[in-house]
Formats: sequence, C-alpha cells, structure tokens
Amino acid sequence: MINEFSHVFAFIILSLIFVAGGIVTNRILRPSRPNEFKLSAYECGEDPVGNSWLKFNNRFYVVALIFVLFDVEMVFLFPWALVYKEMGLIAFVEMFAFLGILIVGFAYAWAKGDLDWVRPKPYVAKLETLVSRDKPRLIPQKPSTQSEPAIGGQPA
Amino acid sequence: MGLLDTLHDQVDYSIPNDKTGEGSVVVTSVDALFNWARLSSLWQMGFGLACCAIEMMATSASRFDMMRFGVIPRPSPRQSDVIIISGTVTLKMASRIKMLYEQMPDPKYVISMGACATCGGPYWEHGYHVLKGVDRVIPVDVYVPGCPPRPEALLEGLMRLQEKVRQETTKTV
Repeated sequence: MINEFSHVFAFIILSLIFVAGGIVTNRILRPSRPNEFKLSAYECGEDPVGNSWLKFNNRFYVVALIFVLFDVEMVFLFPWALVYKEMGLIAFVEMFAFLGILIVGFAYAWAKGDLDWVRPKPYVAKLETLVSRDKPRLIPQKPSTQSEPAIGGQPA
Repeated sequence: MGLLDTLHDQVDYSIPNDKTGEGSVVVTSVDALFNWARLSSLWQMGFGLACCAIEMMATSASRFDMMRFGVIPRPSPRQSDVIIISGTVTLKMASRIKMLYEQMPDPKYVISMGACATCGGPYWEHGYHVLKGVDRVIPVDVYVPGCPPRPEALLEGLMRLQEKVRQETTKTV
C-alpha cells in the first residue's frame, strides 16, 4: 500500500503533529497574563481608534479586475512570443482571437465608464465617520501623579 | 589547481569520534532549560527613541552583531521579549511606551539605555517635557549608563540581562 502519495500523506500527518505539538506545548508552558492593554490592537503604541472593518470604494474592485485581465493576457503573451516562429500563422490567428475576446471585455468596461475614476453619474457612498467620539475607547493608564515629576522641578 | 583546491587538501574533514555527541544524555532542570531558552533568544522590540538608537543600530549591525546573542529586532511587541528604551523619554512618549510594554507577552524585560532613559540625563533639571527615568512608567531590569553608551556597553548590559534571566525560576516568571 506504500505508493508515492503515501509519503506525502505521512508528511502531512507528521507536519500536523509537529505544529499542533508546538502550539500545545507552548500553551501549557507559557505564562498567560492577559490584560486590557495586551488584548487591544497593536497600533504602534497609539490608541486603537475606530473599527478595523473599513469600507473601501467599490471601484477598486473593478480596477483590480481589469488589471487581472491584462495581467493574465501578458502571462499568455510571453510563451506565445517564444513559439510564434515555429507555429506561424496558427499562433498568430489564435492569439489575436484571444486578444479580441479580451478587447471586447475591455471595450465593454470602457463603454460603461469604468475606466474613468470620476464617473459621469457618480454614486456617492455613505461612509460612516471613522473617528467616533461617542463610542468607548481604550485609554492607557497614565503614570500616576505621584511618580509624575513636576514641571521643571525635582522628582517627588 | 586552484587556491581553494589547495586549501581543501589541507583541511582535515574527518569527524572526531569524541565530539559527535552520539549516545550522550543531557540532564538538566526545568528552570535551567527554560532560562537557557529564554536568554538565548531575547527578541528585541524594534524601537528607537533618540541618539541612543543610533548606537543601538550600530550594535545590531555587523561590527558588533547583537544577533550572535540571539537578539533579533521584531516589528511587533507581540513577538518581543525585551524592549530597549534607547533615548529620551518625553512625557508624550511615556504613555506610548507603557502601552507597548503592556502589549508584550510575558516574560518581558526592559533595558534602559543611556542617561536620558535612566534618569532624564541632561534634561534632569530644566527638561519640562522629559520623563525623569523610564522606571517611573515600566519596571527596568538593566540600566546601561552613558550618553550615549557605546555599543560595547549595550552588549554588556545585554549580557547582564542574560545573567539575570539565568537566575530566574519558573515560580517568579
């Protein structure tokens, strides 16, 4: 029953055991002292402000899709250029048929106005304000007033 | 025949029998094992405040090479064991330092590098904006004197911290 895939399967099992063993051992051995600050989001020492679930403009999605369209086209064009000399007319026709399909899609996006960042009839998305003063925020404890030195004076 | 071939002939590549470690058993205590693991990989929080940070960078660079002590700069406090307060702690920065320190996982260590971080340094009297010692905010393990300390001094402080870690027990950590 030992075939080629059995080795891969054994590798998968062993790596799962290795990773799980590391995590479990770590969980058993490590000291765990969570507090309010440790559980808060790391913002380079600043207060985490607002929600981390931001809303992005929908139009980035369209731009990314169009980029992928031409990105993949380039991926196919490079090997095509390598074998073009040997295949001749067939390669020429096939690639231009492929490009034609892409260009139809491109023309569609163009005609719909998706290439213009400012569309003729802009749809204004309602975006909530990112900074909400009303919601409770995490405020780090300032050093106690006793240990805080007076301005320009000797420490207490 | 190239130079490397000449050298290759001169090197004895055979493995000495008494140095392979085969068949040996290492006996240790839990404390010694944990302390050895902790002091050998004191990952440093990548964090610089003032001119001392330049010396800290020099210590990390190849000439002094802090990485041979297992000190690797980490971009996040979640992965760090030691924070080197390298420079002037302004009052505005003090709460941020406290926040960063709190966000590091236990066990965590602090090296106060230079006169400013230790006691306010040249700002001890008229520095209206400077915290007079970072130990007013977070507990400090090792103070490194100097203004700024030379990289050798920071390495010495690091080795002192390693000595401190070596003497810990699992009960105190």
